[in-house]
Amino acid sequence: MPHDANSQTSARAQPHGGGQPSVAVLISMGRHPLTGRARRADQDARAVEMALSLSDARPRLLHAGHFDQDSEAALRGYLGMGFDALELIEQESGADVIAALSDRLRETAPQLVLTGARAENGEGSGLLPYLLADALGWPIVTSLASIERIERGEATLLQALPRGQRRRLRVRLPAIVTVDSSAPAARQSAFGPARRGVFERVAHASVQDAAFAKWDVQPARKRPKRLKIVKATSARDRFKAAAAKAEGGGGQILADVTPEQGAEAIFKLLQEEGVLR
Amino acid sequence: MKDDLRRDPRKEWIARNRLHPDHQRVLAELGQLERGAASAEWLGPNGLTRRDPHAVGFIGPNGLKRIDRSGAQQAATASDTRQRGAAVDTRQSINIETPAFVVAVVPDMSGGRLSSQDRDVLGLARQLADADPARPGAVLAVLFGEHKEDSLGEAGIDRLLHLEGDEFAGYAPEARLAALMAVEREWAPRHWLLPDSALGGADLGRRLAARIGERPATGVWQLNVNESAATGNAGSSQGWQCLARGAAGTRDILRPLPRVVLALAECAEPVYETRHAARRVELSEALPETLGRITDMGAVAVDPAGVALAEAEFILSAGNGVKDWEGYHRAAEVLQATKGASRVAVDDGFMPRDRQVGATGTWVTARVYVAVGISGAIQHLQGIQNCDKVVAINFDGGCDMVKRADLAVLGDSSQILDALVALVERYRQQQQESRDAA
Repeated sequence: MPHDANSQTSARAQPHGGGQPSVAVLISMGRHPLTGRARRADQDARAVEMALSLSDARPRLLHAGHFDQDSEAALRGYLGMGFDALELIEQESGADVIAALSDRLRETAPQLVLTGARAENGEGSGLLPYLLADALGWPIVTSLASIERIERGEATLLQALPRGQRRRLRVRLPAIVTVDSSAPAARQSAFGPARRGVFERVAHASVQDAAFAKWDVQPARKRPKRLKIVKATSARDRFKAAAAKAEGGGGQILADVTPEQGAEAIFKLLQEEGVLR
Repeated sequence: MKDDLRRDPRKEWIARNRLHPDHQRVLAELGQLERGAASAEWLGPNGLTRRDPHAVGFIGPNGLKRIDRSGAQQAATASDTRQRGAAVDTRQSINIETPAFVVAVVPDMSGGRLSSQDRDVLGLARQLADADPARPGAVLAVLFGEHKEDSLGEAGIDRLLHLEGDEFAGYAPEARLAALMAVEREWAPRHWLLPDSALGGADLGRRLAARIGERPATGVWQLNVNESAATGNAGSSQGWQCLARGAAGTRDILRPLPRVVLALAECAEPVYETRHAARRVELSEALPETLGRITDMGAVAVDPAGVALAEAEFILSAGNGVKDWEGYHRAAEVLQATKGASRVAVDDGFMPRDRQVGATGTWVTARVYVAVGISGAIQHLQGIQNCDKVVAINFDGGCDMVKRADLAVLGDSSQILDALVALVERYRQQQQESRDAA
């Protein structure tokens, strides 16, 4: 399906046309956790993957930030997932990109904005999607597992909960959704499309992030392991705490009961804990 | 006053002097006669502790003298006042009537209980509130929905705002945010503290920060006083600094403490030395109606076999005591529990290796762990250390698993499982009927 960059631009001109939901993916520059090399950000790549999995949508990529050799290599990684072009709002190094992104999104008015939960560089607080949602007045949903369908201005989403659980949500569009590592893994980046892809530059004034420049940023040091606090008054208690087997203490023991009574007690506990669905 | 040790030197002297005519009377008076032996330890006339090594110990069941150095026996026979003193809760009870400021905490309360991260965050809130002893602040906890916690004051909560209602049930970030904004208007907390946990405080806290226009500190794991800025007033927020994880956990950011703080687990020690009032407060005005653009359509059934054992919520685990394997698998299916196994069951080929729970298998974190026919080897008990509720179904009442369990049912496991399956099937049927009727 080869089509040049211009055809995408024209598709963007009518965002609501033809029942195709217009989807934008915000991408950022990643950083390999071990080598520190620039790469696709893992969560953002998953967001791109999720956008590509929508059958009738034609996702666009949007990046705002400083552009140099490193970030070009990283951004081309996204292009290699099957894109011809990528919209780039070039900013100075250390700039706050919220204004640039919210202005651009307001201009292009996509129906759905996908992004990773947090960046792998800079502060990485995960606040950007929330600030964008607040600036645009859109709802935001986090930690997506999949998008089930988009119809009549509403999206049905599957949210990933801890412990492998899923929850179905319905969100009024336009909306911002973020994915984290519970989303399906991203496809490989192909080298050829990555080289051929082009950057469509959009100009926007950059605002410096003054607060972040003042903070002291260091490589993460290992967190001290919490010591087991033993509040013992006697040597015996201290010894017991050090050498203890796991003890429930005060557990209820049902002996000499019929199987039905025992099952009843277990059933009650399961119901109290809410694990029976 | 009763707990004070008042000494009568004369009586002590008589008690030591076996030849004194009043010896027995004084002994009885001092409560030492009941033990059938003279006291092994007393205060000497010079205030030194004197010990009689011959009076230590007791005669065991075999007629041999036994000495228990642990003090368990001594404690059992010690005088009443001592024993009562040990049982009494020694924690200091604190009631802050007019707080100088408010620190708001929104615990996750996953499963209706304070998680360990919630307790850590409450400990952090106490650090902030108690920084200046002359002007203590109050920790206000905002809880949504029902909870099962009955000792909230012991976690360090002074004020409790409990918001119940259908609008907060399930995933309702918009309604919860509206409630937090009402709290912000009413109490204007000096700090907002939330646990930085997926889908709990992490989501709500970022929404709150974006709404009130504060730049939050996320992933905070350490709080310390900034020496250079703390010359004037250590308690003010200018004096606090926090260390936060940034850039996907690869950077540490040292920054002044902002108003909104999202803290990681183990950011501070939980409260254990004091008890607080946990007095209930109410919002003075009713919450405004919120326009919900996110609708929660409920949980989606997930294949329990597909859930990783380490993060499964509900595990039905089988061991050597299981004879009816068909019945066990059926029970796991009906209960929609993830299957686990002890090492013996895996070694014997009844269960696959990736289902093994314990030190050599998977360390599980289930909320409910049902152990069927597992005696509880130490390696297995290590693996289930982090489980909340353990249910044991076992034939042998003396095994370690029964000691560990919160509920132990002694009997034939296959019969009990069958009865449980019948109960759950009936329950499901009733639910189905009521759903059909509705």
